[in-house]
Amino acid sequence: MFPRPIQQASAPARALYKTALPIALFLWLFPLLGVAVTSLRPASDLAMGNYFGMPSDIAWGNYLEIFTNSPIGQYIFNSFKVTIPTVIGTLILSTMTGFALGIYRFRANLLVFFMFVAGNFVPFQILMVPVRDLTYGLGLYNTTGGLALFHIAFQTGFCTLFMRNFIAALPRELIEAARVEGVAEWKIFWYIVLPLMRPAIAALAVLVFTFIWNDFFWATVLTTSASTQPVTAGLSSLNGQWIAQWHLVSAGSIIAALPPVLMFFLMQKHFIAGLTLGAVK
Amino acid sequence: MSMTSTQQETQTRSWWRQNQQRITPWLFLAPGLLMFIIYVIWPIFSSFRLSFFEYDGLGEKVWLGLANYQELFSDRAFKTSLRNNVIWLLMYMLAVPAGLFIAIFLNQTVMGIRIYKSLFFFPFVISQVVVGLMFAWFYAPNFGLFYKVIEFFTGKGIAVLADPHLATYGIIAAGLWPQIAYCMILYLTGLNNVAPDQIEAARLDGAKGLKMLWYVVLPQLRPATFIAVVVTVIGALRSFDLVSIMTNGGPFGSTRVLSYYMYEQALSEYGYRMGYGAAIAVVLFAIMMVFISGFIWKMVRDEREGN
Repeated sequence: MFPRPIQQASAPARALYKTALPIALFLWLFPLLGVAVTSLRPASDLAMGNYFGMPSDIAWGNYLEIFTNSPIGQYIFNSFKVTIPTVIGTLILSTMTGFALGIYRFRANLLVFFMFVAGNFVPFQILMVPVRDLTYGLGLYNTTGGLALFHIAFQTGFCTLFMRNFIAALPRELIEAARVEGVAEWKIFWYIVLPLMRPAIAALAVLVFTFIWNDFFWATVLTTSASTQPVTAGLSSLNGQWIAQWHLVSAGSIIAALPPVLMFFLMQKHFIAGLTLGAVK
Repeated sequence: MSMTSTQQETQTRSWWRQNQQRITPWLFLAPGLLMFIIYVIWPIFSSFRLSFFEYDGLGEKVWLGLANYQELFSDRAFKTSLRNNVIWLLMYMLAVPAGLFIAIFLNQTVMGIRIYKSLFFFPFVISQVVVGLMFAWFYAPNFGLFYKVIEFFTGKGIAVLADPHLATYGIIAAGLWPQIAYCMILYLTGLNNVAPDQIEAARLDGAKGLKMLWYVVLPQLRPATFIAVVVTVIGALRSFDLVSIMTNGGPFGSTRVLSYYMYEQALSEYGYRMGYGAAIAVVLFAIMMVFISGFIWKMVRDEREGN
């Protein structure tokens, strides 16, 4: 193990490590803690310049206020309307592409695979104008569906990379044995490969959920009104209205951050498995 | 009559049986590939073409030849954006060693360490919009904590985001926060899989500390380092959200980066110059391409060796 386990170190070094941990964490998360406290601070505190002292009261009312006086509830709902179809659509498409590229050997295999991989790295701006025109042409501009459709296509690139590597690592004998028995190829996919892919599907579901929930660029390019904008774009426009009302901005930020944060803590193992794919040989 | 029909049936069946292995992958690929080509591959070429035109998003496209690119050469905002992109790339690279440092710090087995690890990773899960707002509050003039701390030590606070020389660095610092968390988690996973026998052998040979890290541990962390560099380069060049949230490219356009400037030219209230925007996007794409082809080249090589 590297570094040398702290248990083997001297007693003062161990004590030092144990005190350094919480201090480092506190400093690391300081911006987050500051915003969390501000979101519960009464507006009067801010008006009186009490930014860092103890809040004079815990103002849950800030949260009530943003839900009653701003469309943040609608924004959150829109985010779900974009994110959930994207997760489902991407998983369906990429289990299939991953299966095709991970199981079969054909000449264009590597070419198609690296097209997915490379497409995944391109800057969004090179897609912006044509995708906006295309969405417009389909009559889906400023709809959650139009946004989801683009996300499905783009995320399929990343998910194909993941799925294909996962499937390629499955024992080939399983598939060969099924073929010898004369099992149809689609049945191999459905009955043999798909059940084995559950961990990959779980990992990608959490990752794609987080990526899409947090997307800001495409939300601003493809949606424009409060009835369709996801919470990232919504928060940005609310920030323009709530100038210097930091208690509201903070409460809005916390609300917008909550769903992916919950997702992360509930599905932590899958999340990290997905992100660190390829970090180990 | 009935005989020929069954014959035909067996014929199609055997044709399918013979070609099943060849056809099936393409059937499985078709939906995903089609979507990807329509929404990702084709738009790349379409943007290239668009960069030779003048286009406001609604009217006719007017052929300009290379005029958009010629204009870029004398455009000071473009030069600022390009310079800022270089600064982003260089500064962002700090996320890799910083992530490694925190990973080494946390790679212990004391009580509660799992919670520490996930809380350290936390910033990565939060939207960049929220990160941007948090840091804007942190830097806010007169009452922001950063301002206060500087004021306490020097007697005069600094409004980071209002200072054209500092604003870009202020935004990059905000971006580094989640990026370091990402690199950290990559290295934590890597460290978890370092071969213990090699470490022990090196220890017996008297290696420790930085020497151990450099000669024994880092070579084994190479896959983690590769991915950390890839995601950091991409993250640096994709920097749009933070610039948009924290400064809108200001003050005086000093924090523009190519991705933001492109958006400004093509879609914001400054005008709908989509052809010019496309030309900026092509430049950004070309920069990204230098890195992408490097990454892909390495991945293809690994793939070939693997088989």
